[in-house]
Amino acid sequence: MQAQNYDAIVVGSGISGGWAAKELTEKGLRVLLLERGKNIEHVKDYVNATKGPWEYLHRGRRTRAMEAAYPVLKRDYPLNETNLDWWASDQESPYTEVKRFDWYRGYHVGGRSLMWGRQSYRHSDFDFEANGREGIGVDWPIRYKDISPWYDHVERHAGISGSKEGMPQLPDGQFQPPMPLNCGEELIAGRLKQHFGGQRRIIPGRPANATLALPGRSPCQYRNACALGCPYGGYFSTQSSTLPAAVATGRLTLKPFAIVTEVLFDRDKKRATGVRVLDAVTDQTTDYSARIIFLCASTLNSTWLLLRSATNVWPGGLGSSSGVLGQNLMDHHFRVGASGRIEGLNDKYYTGRRPTGFYIPRYRNLFGDKREYLRGFGYQGGASRQGWQRAVAELGVGGAFKDEMAQPGAWTIGGTAFGEMLPNPANRVTIDPNKKDKWGLPVLAIDCATGENERLMRKDMMNDMAESLEAAGVKDVRTNDGGYWPGMGIHEMGTARMGKDPKTSVLNAHNQVWDAPNVFVTDGSCMASAACVNPSLTYMALTARAADFAVNELKRNNL
Amino acid sequence: MDRREAIQRVTALLGGFALAGNSGLLTAVERAHARVISRAQAGTFTAQDIALLDEIGDTILPETKTPGAKAAHVGAFMAVMVTDTYEEREQGIFRDGLKALSDGGFMTATPAQRLARLEQLDREQKAYMDARERGAPAHYFRLMKELTLLGYFTSEIGCTQAQRYEEAPGRFEPCVPYTPGETAWAGHA
Repeated sequence: MQAQNYDAIVVGSGISGGWAAKELTEKGLRVLLLERGKNIEHVKDYVNATKGPWEYLHRGRRTRAMEAAYPVLKRDYPLNETNLDWWASDQESPYTEVKRFDWYRGYHVGGRSLMWGRQSYRHSDFDFEANGREGIGVDWPIRYKDISPWYDHVERHAGISGSKEGMPQLPDGQFQPPMPLNCGEELIAGRLKQHFGGQRRIIPGRPANATLALPGRSPCQYRNACALGCPYGGYFSTQSSTLPAAVATGRLTLKPFAIVTEVLFDRDKKRATGVRVLDAVTDQTTDYSARIIFLCASTLNSTWLLLRSATNVWPGGLGSSSGVLGQNLMDHHFRVGASGRIEGLNDKYYTGRRPTGFYIPRYRNLFGDKREYLRGFGYQGGASRQGWQRAVAELGVGGAFKDEMAQPGAWTIGGTAFGEMLPNPANRVTIDPNKKDKWGLPVLAIDCATGENERLMRKDMMNDMAESLEAAGVKDVRTNDGGYWPGMGIHEMGTARMGKDPKTSVLNAHNQVWDAPNVFVTDGSCMASAACVNPSLTYMALTARAADFAVNELKRNNL
Repeated sequence: MDRREAIQRVTALLGGFALAGNSGLLTAVERAHARVISRAQAGTFTAQDIALLDEIGDTILPETKTPGAKAAHVGAFMAVMVTDTYEEREQGIFRDGLKALSDGGFMTATPAQRLARLEQLDREQKAYMDARERGAPAHYFRLMKELTLLGYFTSEIGCTQAQRYEEAPGRFEPCVPYTPGETAWAGHA
């Protein structure tokens, strides 16, 4: 029989939970890692990893039957034939959309660390200071110097490739060698830097793809099939990186199919005592106890769990004494930008499929620039030579057409902006008592929309890209706006924010719940602002930092 | 690729590096290559329909120095895709178009007549599609051409013979010389 008492319980096994398990076990704690979904074993369960396109009946495309089974997932790219098994079922785990909110979830060991986009950028003090300076939301209780050593720590283990650029708004890190720009990108990067005096710069993306071997992992093999799982461990995932480290300590117990229904709270001791677990397969309930609890269930799921916990003490749930639990939901708004054709370079190509592209760091509202909106955006993009897909819209049939389309076409280049979304208390989640999921839990109701600041920013997000490309000599430049609804960025943040004051925040500077100091929330729900960079690296660093603090506090008997 | 080859290839790519769960890797590789994709799910398309679709596809993308669309079984692929992925309206458009080509004697036409017919249809569809209002139905020959291109260039023949395919390139070279005539790199699934 499995033990029911541990030093620490970690809820969720994705990017944050994997880090919590690794750090806490390596510091000597016996850890129970709970995952609501099935196990996916590294390498063995990457059943589609090496398949060619021809090995799928629909060549990876979606079918009408799939769309019927996944009414939310069908709204964007996650619905496809190659890794559908790794996206949570909309039918088993419904939620209520007060306004449209696209929630794409991974309910299995590793969570979305298996399918993530891997772009890994540090926040800077421009980000940590913005709320306080502008009077938006609450001031972050930490600054760059507090998190910088933890960025160092997680980057070394996770394996982030990138170039040192010395840009204050995008601090350099402990990088492995970068995945370089290709010839098309290099050409445009040079012209862009010249034209804008270095203000707008194209730099290599910083993906969590290793360019050098790490313990137990090979470097990236340039397959660009990361979302199928990597048999080489070429990219950071729980499975490739943090889970093996935690397992190696001999102090980890991993329990899949374990849905945490509530955090158990002792109102006299003012401490959590453990968690209640519903077995997703047998429906049996078991209580597990621990001295500390890390909630890493993903932004909305950690908050959902808090809302359901300690309701006998606080009707609004654990962490609700501030009144802000569930509020200030954020994402990155995107799907807007521009693209065009690069003239020349017809005698140049590339070899290998680089699993990243270029990045244009934020330049708006920095260094004296002032716009009619707050904050800013960065671009992710790439250049490539066109493939056979161009043939669909071109005139032609027959042998010469076929042979021409089998050759690479013109060089094209484009970028998509990722914009910061401001915290807004009206963007919130609550419990919907009238709808239940497959396991009988009342679901989340999500009420979230972008506002005026995002609308104004979006104009620049589109027009700036076109302006940059044209300034760099790109031809046939066309803008695009594919439309955006909150959640599509799959960068949910906020709803249990960190802060300096228990009256206006859920967590303190060490991710401790003000109302329950032995409960730590270190996933995206802790974010006080969104910045414009991809957030996962920051969750890793905050988790490692909080784990270090928690273990020291345990040693001092403060928890 | 047989098991021995798979092991050698994987070992070579790993550079002799011992990977945790190595046996699992082989299982995944073997499973991937043992899988045979069923082509029986063609809905209500008959064998004659699929034969006609093969000929249409093979006229769009005929055998040159590399095999053509018929060799890549694009007829059956089109039938599966229309059945499983098209909305009712597009299914009707596709089937009506197929019937028109059949009634027009496509199967009994000479290769030159077939090419002439599809070149004419291609001009028609291009003019129509370029002028089409948003939400208006697609031209049936655009649908056939699109499925032929997708079916061919993502087939094993299309990836490994018409284009170049490496499952695990093992390297990224950002700028290499290119000589006209060299084929494109095919993408991973």
